[in-house]
Amino acid sequence: MPQSADRVLDHAPLFREPEYQEMFKNKREQFECPLPTEQVNDQVEFTKSWEYREKNLARQSLVVNPAKACQPLGAVFAAAGFEKCMSFVHGSQGCVAYYRSHLSRHFKEPCSAVSSSMTEDAAVFGGLNNMIDGLANTYALYEPKMIAVSTTCMAEVIGDDLQSFIQNAKTKGSVPQEFDVPFAHTPAFVGSHIDGYDNMIKGILENFWKGAVRNAGTSLNIIPGFDGFCVGNNRELKRLLDLMGVEYTFIQDAADQFDTPSDGDYRMYDGGTTIEQVKSALDAKGTISLQYWNTRKTMDYVAEQGQETATFHYPLGVKATDAFLMKVSEISGKAIPEAIRMERGRLIDAMADSQAHLHGKKYAIWGDPDFVQAMAQFVMETGGEPTHCLATNGTKQWESEMKDMLAANPFGASAQVWAGKDLWHLRSLLFTEPVDFMIGSSYGKYLERDTGTPLIRLTFPIFDRHHHHRFPLMGYQGGLRVLTTILDKVFDKLDADTIIPGETDYSFDLTR
Amino acid sequence: MSLDYENDGELHGKLIEEVLAQYPDKFAKRRKKHLSVASDAGTEEIEGAERPVTECDVKSNIKSIPGVMTVRGCAYAGSKGVVWGPIKDMVHISHGPVGCGQYSWSQRRNYYIGKTGIDTFVTMQFTSDFQERDIVFGGDKKLEKIIDEIEDLFPLANGISVQSECPIGLIGDDIEAVSKKKAKEHDTTIVPVRCEGFRGVSQSLGHHIANDAIRDWVFDKKTREVETTPYDVNVIGDYNIGGDAWASRILLEEMGLRVVGNWSGDATLAEVENAVHAKLNLIHCYRSMNYICRHMEEKYGIPWMEYNFFGPSQIAMSLRKIAKHYGPEIEEKAEAVIAKYQPLVDAVIAKYGPRLKGKSVMLYVGGLRPRHVVNAYEDLGMQIAGTGYEFAHNDDYQRTGHYVKKGTLIYDDVTGYELEKFIEAIRPDLVGSGIKEKYPVQKMGIPFRQMHSWDYSGPYHGYDGFAIFARDMDLAINNPVWDLFDAPWTKEAPLAAAAE
Repeated sequence: MPQSADRVLDHAPLFREPEYQEMFKNKREQFECPLPTEQVNDQVEFTKSWEYREKNLARQSLVVNPAKACQPLGAVFAAAGFEKCMSFVHGSQGCVAYYRSHLSRHFKEPCSAVSSSMTEDAAVFGGLNNMIDGLANTYALYEPKMIAVSTTCMAEVIGDDLQSFIQNAKTKGSVPQEFDVPFAHTPAFVGSHIDGYDNMIKGILENFWKGAVRNAGTSLNIIPGFDGFCVGNNRELKRLLDLMGVEYTFIQDAADQFDTPSDGDYRMYDGGTTIEQVKSALDAKGTISLQYWNTRKTMDYVAEQGQETATFHYPLGVKATDAFLMKVSEISGKAIPEAIRMERGRLIDAMADSQAHLHGKKYAIWGDPDFVQAMAQFVMETGGEPTHCLATNGTKQWESEMKDMLAANPFGASAQVWAGKDLWHLRSLLFTEPVDFMIGSSYGKYLERDTGTPLIRLTFPIFDRHHHHRFPLMGYQGGLRVLTTILDKVFDKLDADTIIPGETDYSFDLTR
Repeated sequence: MSLDYENDGELHGKLIEEVLAQYPDKFAKRRKKHLSVASDAGTEEIEGAERPVTECDVKSNIKSIPGVMTVRGCAYAGSKGVVWGPIKDMVHISHGPVGCGQYSWSQRRNYYIGKTGIDTFVTMQFTSDFQERDIVFGGDKKLEKIIDEIEDLFPLANGISVQSECPIGLIGDDIEAVSKKKAKEHDTTIVPVRCEGFRGVSQSLGHHIANDAIRDWVFDKKTREVETTPYDVNVIGDYNIGGDAWASRILLEEMGLRVVGNWSGDATLAEVENAVHAKLNLIHCYRSMNYICRHMEEKYGIPWMEYNFFGPSQIAMSLRKIAKHYGPEIEEKAEAVIAKYQPLVDAVIAKYGPRLKGKSVMLYVGGLRPRHVVNAYEDLGMQIAGTGYEFAHNDDYQRTGHYVKKGTLIYDDVTGYELEKFIEAIRPDLVGSGIKEKYPVQKMGIPFRQMHSWDYSGPYHGYDGFAIFARDMDLAINNPVWDLFDAPWTKEAPLAAAAE
């Protein structure tokens, strides 16, 4: 009997005990009708081959282990960045349980959202009554300042019209006429979560800006985009903007919502852009989007209002941060202070100290298109080579922009760009054209297991490591964090490869 | 160990009134039916059955009210997430847009042994990733192509299931026809499952639909020589979360039974197919798999028996009940098993009991655990103050009466608002619920354990699992972090009582 009260064995050691191993063997042999081991091993080897890779890349319809989610997730994340805003997702209720769980598992934080809980009858007759009842209940129970409505694919397929439904609900008294209920249609079968973000932000801006008159001012708007590191990033960027003395408004800021303190009070709502801020953001001199591919429709809309606009690709690393700060300086007219130049210098100093360990390292990078672009750029700044750049939700245009960026840099010469591909494709790529490290999300742990490529977790979702998102990736300070995270993996790998006493440990160096 | 205690029914009744007052009238009326306080069950003898301790009189399995933040999921979650997903040597296609499969990818912790991507596929996300053109023109052609590609790239898969997401049923796709055609072409098992998320009111209908799909698309489709013995049993409704089914199987084997099929944690399709040759079905999660047990009883004459492997009292009771079915030889072995593990049980209770005695617990879980874990807590001297189910039916609440004490707060399909208010007012020493509830509760300074995923721990079934369960409850409740909530310079310390 392996278990004891003195030393309670967890699942991992428990099931390695002989009693259980014996049991597994018997189960397999007697009841599972397993395939011959040789056949299994042959297939294991076959999946590592170029032949399998070609079959795999020729796939037209099947998607396996994609690195993207659906639109409403982005809409729920977007809505979480506004003060006392409740997400209301019109359609089937299971979806909302999924968005909430997904965001909670990454942030290790509460995530509130409600559903209009449509079922079969609503599929036949439409979900108007669900909207009327749902808004009334949400308003009564959760006392929001605003309710942001998005849609699941069910509501989209049956063609529910949010604008008229919401108006109808207001007429019926579900919420006061003047209560703000911005909305966005977010079909799950178009684009991905980054488009859901885009649609929701545009919906919110339209709600407050339509019909309003713009009085051009001097301030600057920042739209972050879908960012699993919003907690660390937004706060870091604000610090930099404050140092510069810039007058700014974050349009959508979930930093506090997804990082509430533990002091005995559960705050269903915390922080976020206020309604007043959204309204006056129309008067800003300009708006900067931190993630172009997350905000295409929104930024078109902003430009139509007569504001200056600029877009970035998740600015991290040296050059991207330089460009971001110079753009902020240009629009705001504020100089970049010496303190920031010092921070920059410290990042460069760290990169110089560690360059020998980074130069020539090959990486596979995946995630949302803006992140992949940013990380490829930063990797090249450290002398690394982004070998496989993959975005399941990357478009043809993204692919061509990426290729241009990589072609312009000698470290990008061997890079390949994989738009629309998934992590099962990447598995073949890693076997046939291996890299030293992967940069991506927790989903990459299966690739690490299968291919042995060490995984560096730097993008959403990160389920199996805690609190990384509380630290910034953006700004020079964030760059330092990214640099250190990569280096830790590099050194851990060096140590792991040299740790056998008397065999490999001649290289188990104390100082590296 | 049967603990004797009563909950403050009067307070709980008042709490119900308070939360209902916040709703618009129409919905207060509807919610009222789902909330109650367990009352005395009376003294009538029920022939042939054990008399329940209490009456948990709530309405259940009814549509959730829009806009209230139900914790429930959908039929797809019940079918793909619960019943089918763990069958390890099949590919389960999340058929429709990308999200459903993405959010449920690897989240249930159905442990299994196999080479993932080669001969097993549980922790993978296969999706048809519907695009607008698939909605407009239908997805059947795409599904055909997907099945061909699976056969090509994953040739060792022993079958495929098609788990329908919402759009499938709305756009009129004929996945049954595609499945039949392709199954014939590839000489494999392909199971279409109509578990669109808008069907029914919760995960529950998805379980039922998934059970029916086994009946209609798996049973009696293959002929295979199967060696049988009188001791062949199926374990039904154990999804092997954190290894639960393994910690259970070891006990059943030790008492001389042959577990020929485990549904569906760590199962192969063969275990599902061969189940019809077993002599007894042992059902753990009654809610999600009673349907197939009833069918197997009717069609194949296989009797079924509920059991509970949470905590030593229920384990011993269950082992004895199961053994009785077989007679003295097995009964003797069952007693030997109970005796063998008794020192472990005693040591666990001796170690953790004093640290947990008298602590109160509120539960809100799925379809089984809100009652099944009650005695496991009581074995450790803990008390259940409130419990409720996401997707139970009336028969679950009837069974709950056998477990909970008078005055226990009962909440069916609880809303975020209600649960928060109940927890805030009762301030239990521990809450056991899901990931969506975990962080709000912890922010209040109340210890929490996820009781769906075992909070990444487990197993909790069996004697080996009980030790882990006890350890986990202790580490949740007695971690020093709960004492750190109040900054020492703040004058009022409202959490002092909770953090003692």
